[in-house]
Amino acid sequence: MIRSEILREIAPILRDQLVVCNIGIPSQELHAIDDQPTNFYMLGTMGLASSIGLGLALAQPKTVIVIDGDGSVLTNLGTLPTIGNNAPGNYILMIIDNGSYGSTGDQPTYTGKKTDLAGMARAAGCDNVVVVQDVDTGPALQKAIAGRRATVLVVKCDSGNAKMPVITMDPVIIRDRFMKAVAS
Amino acid sequence: MSIDKKIVDDLVANEVSFITTVPCKQLAGVIEEVDRRDGIFHIPSNKEDEGMGLCAGAWMGGKRPAIIMQNTAIGVTINTLATLIQYYRMPLPMLISYRGELREPVACQVEMAVHTKALLAQLNIPTYHFHRQKDVEEFDMILKYTFMCNKPVAILTDANFWGGYGDQ
Ligand SMILES: Cc1ncc(C[n+]2csc(CCOP(=O)(O)OP(=O)(O)O)c2C)c(N)n1
Ligand SMILES: [Mg+2]
Repeated sequence: MIRSEILREIAPILRDQLVVCNIGIPSQELHAIDDQPTNFYMLGTMGLASSIGLGLALAQPKTVIVIDGDGSVLTNLGTLPTIGNNAPGNYILMIIDNGSYGSTGDQPTYTGKKTDLAGMARAAGCDNVVVVQDVDTGPALQKAIAGRRATVLVVKCDSGNAKMPVITMDPVIIRDRFMKAVAS
Repeated sequence: MSIDKKIVDDLVANEVSFITTVPCKQLAGVIEEVDRRDGIFHIPSNKEDEGMGLCAGAWMGGKRPAIIMQNTAIGVTINTLATLIQYYRMPLPMLISYRGELREPVACQVEMAVHTKALLAQLNIPTYHFHRQKDVEEFDMILKYTFMCNKPVAILTDANFWGGYGDQ
């Protein structure tokens, strides 16, 4: 499965949750599949989805699901120790590991070679790291939500992108409606 | 009252309750003071752009954030300031040690000091420079201003402000 197929399948699970979504095509796909006020779309700032989600999870009690990418986690590797030492039970980092920089044309990342993101997360102090194959994403995500325990979920899938429109919503509107959804 | 205590008192009075830091020798005292306060959640970050991401999330979650960092990190945070903090219009007080200014003993620190104000000005970031101890009196007003306008705001604090490094 490719990222968009996974997102389509888990959209009913994501709908009721706070979601921070990675830059580029992941956000475009989520926006096109099921736009919700509870979705925070990153329009830039590659790498910081996991950090934004962590700050959000620490500041309020609702579950926060971060949809991140292997390339983005690799560019902000310092996030893993911060998560490992601080993440509260309402934090779920779901890394769509397609072994590539999808948004920029599927150039390979090191996770498709020798680098093991789950191993790095464990070494960084994350004690609940789960690796699943694309087809098993839904049940694994539901389990993580029900578990109320900080989770790093690495989803192994194929590289590839669906053709979706660019998000034209103003960033301040994305942020404002998201904050209202957080506070509601 | 010590400057460290005054700074953290002002943060608390302005309801700042989420602080991320990357240390600098000049900031050691203020970071210690942050750690002493029960009303502040202190989360050290590994890089300043990561810290700004944490602050953005905390603010959207209803907490007032701040970052404490060294001016040498301005370069690594430019993309984050432009595409996250400014683009989504978020408040962020940045208490920054201004290394490489008067009374600096380490020559290399001057190399980023000469770019610091130019980079902040290029980003249209309101910037205050604390050089004498009494400048700290403005800190409370700067915090109010930051959360009024929802912008990143820089407070540069040089060695003279912190009392130098002793006999150098
Ligand atoms: C600092 C920076 N460098 C490069 C880019 C270009 N860029 C945007 S998205 C992206 C790929 C992200 O890959 P990944 O996180 O694995 O997500 P995927 O699209 O594969 O799901 C890149 C390289 C950028 N936006 N910012
Ligand atoms: Mg990828």
